[in-house]
Amino acid sequence: MTETTQILTEHTRSEIDMWLKKYPEDKKQSAVLAALREAQHQNGGFLTTELMDAVAAYLGLSNIAVYEVASFYSMFETESVGRHSISVCTNISCMLMGSDTIVEHLEKKLGVKTGESTKDGKFFIKVEEECLAACCGGPMMMIDHKYYENLTPERVDEILDEFE
Amino acid sequence: MSEDKITIEVDGQTLTANKGQMLIDVTDDNDIYVPRFCYHKKLSVAANCRLCLVEIEKVPKLMPACATPVMDGMKVKTRTQAAFEGQKSIMEFLLINHPLDCPICDQGGECELQDLAMGYGNDVSRYQEKKRVVKDKNIGPLIQTDLTRCIHCTRCVRFGEEIAGLREMGATGRGENMQIGTYIEKSVSSEMSGNIIDLCPVGALTSKPFRYSARSWELVQKDAIAPHDSVGSNIHVHVKGNQVKRVVPANNESINEVWISDRDRFSYEAVYSDERLKLPMVKENGIWHEVDWETALDVVKNSLKVLVDSNESDQIGTIASASSTLEELYLLQKFIRGIGSNNIDSRLKQSHFADKNAGPSFPYLGQSISEFDALQSALLIGSNVRKDQPIINHRLRKAVLHGASVMALNSVDYDFNFPVVAKSIVAPDLMPIELASILKALVESTNADVDKQIQQSIDKAIVSDVHRTIAVNLTDADDAIVLLGNIATAHPQFLLLRSLAGLIAKLSNSKLGYLSESANTSGAWLSGALPHRLAGAKQQENVGMNTLEMLEAQLKAYVLMGVEPELDCYDSRLARDAMKNAAFVVSLTAFRSEEMNDYADVLLPISVFTETSGTYINNEGTSQSFAGVVSPLAEARPAWKVLRVLGNYFELDGFDYQSSADVLSEVMAEIGDIKCDNSESWKITGSINSSANGIQRITETPMNMIDPISRRAVSLQKTDDVSDGAIHINSALAAKNKLTNDDSANVEQDESSATLKVIIDDRVPDDCVLIQSAHPAQISLGASFGEIRISKS
Ligand code: SF4
Ligand code: FES
Ligand code: FES
Repeated sequence: MTETTQILTEHTRSEIDMWLKKYPEDKKQSAVLAALREAQHQNGGFLTTELMDAVAAYLGLSNIAVYEVASFYSMFETESVGRHSISVCTNISCMLMGSDTIVEHLEKKLGVKTGESTKDGKFFIKVEEECLAACCGGPMMMIDHKYYENLTPERVDEILDEFE
Repeated sequence: MSEDKITIEVDGQTLTANKGQMLIDVTDDNDIYVPRFCYHKKLSVAANCRLCLVEIEKVPKLMPACATPVMDGMKVKTRTQAAFEGQKSIMEFLLINHPLDCPICDQGGECELQDLAMGYGNDVSRYQEKKRVVKDKNIGPLIQTDLTRCIHCTRCVRFGEEIAGLREMGATGRGENMQIGTYIEKSVSSEMSGNIIDLCPVGALTSKPFRYSARSWELVQKDAIAPHDSVGSNIHVHVKGNQVKRVVPANNESINEVWISDRDRFSYEAVYSDERLKLPMVKENGIWHEVDWETALDVVKNSLKVLVDSNESDQIGTIASASSTLEELYLLQKFIRGIGSNNIDSRLKQSHFADKNAGPSFPYLGQSISEFDALQSALLIGSNVRKDQPIINHRLRKAVLHGASVMALNSVDYDFNFPVVAKSIVAPDLMPIELASILKALVESTNADVDKQIQQSIDKAIVSDVHRTIAVNLTDADDAIVLLGNIATAHPQFLLLRSLAGLIAKLSNSKLGYLSESANTSGAWLSGALPHRLAGAKQQENVGMNTLEMLEAQLKAYVLMGVEPELDCYDSRLARDAMKNAAFVVSLTAFRSEEMNDYADVLLPISVFTETSGTYINNEGTSQSFAGVVSPLAEARPAWKVLRVLGNYFELDGFDYQSSADVLSEVMAEIGDIKCDNSESWKITGSINSSANGIQRITETPMNMIDPISRRAVSLQKTDDVSDGAIHINSALAAKNKLTNDDSANVEQDESSATLKVIIDDRVPDDCVLIQSAHPAQISLGASFGEIRISKS
């Protein structure tokens, strides 16, 4: 193990190893998404350059190849963000069902705009680009990995109160 | 017609093509123009710009010519209404985010986007919205970025991946926010990085040193040959008025294809260095005077004449750089032999010379440069080919991508940009022992009958898997080569390395080749700039002294041409002392330095490569002549003219040349056909056992420190490929001596010492110290190899 890969925790590395087993020996880059997900998880929700370099070294890729992937996919954060990531779907179905009011409420309640994190580092409102595939429950949002559907401003308050 | 040939029709013209060829290759070959941005004949197909759209009969949509393989009977139209409209729409998309800053863009006038916007664009843009802006990244001293202008063709990205073998540029972000760059602030480090300047079709990547210094339409393009490595890359020099403004590659498929190294591209900056010597200078009682040529040459004549007249011609030593032209080197040896001295050499970094006339006629590459592409196996001995001969490395890399196996025996674990299947990194004194082990592995695996002497020499060698892998790979390949690099040539047991390498080559049915160091190393040997050889590799009866002997002998007078002995020679301290103690030193030099002020008596300003006509013979034996592209700076003169006049001053016969072409035809008549055979029958010279004890010194010359020109190219000097004046030791040796990074260490060699910074570098083997030559801090130490002592200071 090189110095660069040392910042990946043992757990992260064993998770990556598990993914690596699923792909041919010489196609380690196939595990890059999984590896980045683990690295992001280990770091409380966002990636740093060091972590991306570590993933690159671990998989034998060039650093830039990993930056490309991490900066492409919206599920990776490459800057420090709040602990809990909130994605409000604003795609067509949710928009028709009033997602704008939800976003507005959320921004007012947390005192930050979409794309920002709260000062206490608790929440982050993510700019979500994609339909989250829960259209029949719109408006909806996802916090960390959980879906919350049929939202109203009151429901949002209740949900947020549950978070540490 | 072979089966693989097919017929297609383009714009009514019937063309033959190879099956599977891309349409754009066929149209290019037949001079039918299809516009393009992302396509490049040396890169993979990306088909992302969509500008090359053409109409194909029976295909409902327009097709990209760069990604459409030709098929028999295909009917293509490149100039129909539909094709033009398609191309026009693509141009409109591309111009949406492209700034309209052509007047302040360096690419203006040579911009593919500008040209195609003229041909295929609308004159008014329908786009009213905000344009995208991208923050520029500093990617180092050589390349200027203006990424707002980028059109995302990804040529630069593909170059990194496919040619440089070092992925440094990439496309981060997505959609509207996609950006080309390095993502983090970092200098690109490839030794070929400058090529992305030529590849970039727009002004997103331009030359930093050239920036804002001329417009492309003011430049005149002239042909020249790159003066630094033994490849002899073909270059174009772009000149404005009488000023060299920049250097770009010229296409030569059999040598450099369309690429050049950064050193060849940016070294021109030295032409206008502050240290350029503009007038002849003479030192009188320690004071330098600018004089005219006559006065200076009179002083040279009188000073050398004293020795000649008192029968002490052998007290004159002549040391010349092998980046001088063939004509210069030939005249220099003719002059010096004319006044009775055979002490002339151009092998500056070598220390083991005993072979004399048993050596080859010149250090021949062993095959042609283009043959590298098809190689199946190569063993590199003492070579950092990637930095020393970047184009050969590029060819080797191509071979590796086609499945060749490359192996290395080095004293520093150099970073290759391709996988190396077996490597052995050992201290210099162990290199012959390693070769003996490989030889033994070969003898064992091939059951070859070798003579007793060889058998005895390798008897005690220990064979490991690495040696066996090397032996097997070489033997199994139909086309293999064993190459001796710059560090092997400088090795104190070079001739032993060579004979072992020769035997390995012979037993494995491989070729033997030398990766020579300078642009005209081959020419220097062939022109007779050697103590034991006349032009054409003819034997010289009274063998003169080689470089090392000349320096050891502390002669009374030295004649230098294009060298800074304390920076360029095997033993820097010895060289400096010899110069200082000499009664008379004349230097034919393009530059002036503090050291020269100190030891020289006469400085004669000579032209650099852009200012003289001449010839270089490259590593594969190709002779390439060139004309001067600008007139010499101030009073500088081409060295061949200076030598001609010197010959006349001494009333020597045969110095009445009218042009450098006269000199060339004379030396070429001596040389005859340039041919060389490296497959001599090798005997093992010297015993194969290590006599070293203690810590050993290893010396390398970083890419941009190789000669007086590259050392004065300011932008190249800002890269990482320069000497750091430090000692590089591995962590084990550092721990043993309680040293850490950035500590200063006392370094002792023989009776001299220096205080140098410590850099922990695990590429260096145990108990070795790597020092980079041509740095002022280490001149006082001495020989490139040998025992060295370090301690914390
Ligand atoms: S920087 Fe130039 S070469 Fe690279 S993608 Fe952009 S336009 Fe193409
Ligand atoms: S549109 Fe919101 S989940 Fe599909
Ligand atoms: S040149 Fe064909 S798509 Fe770019």
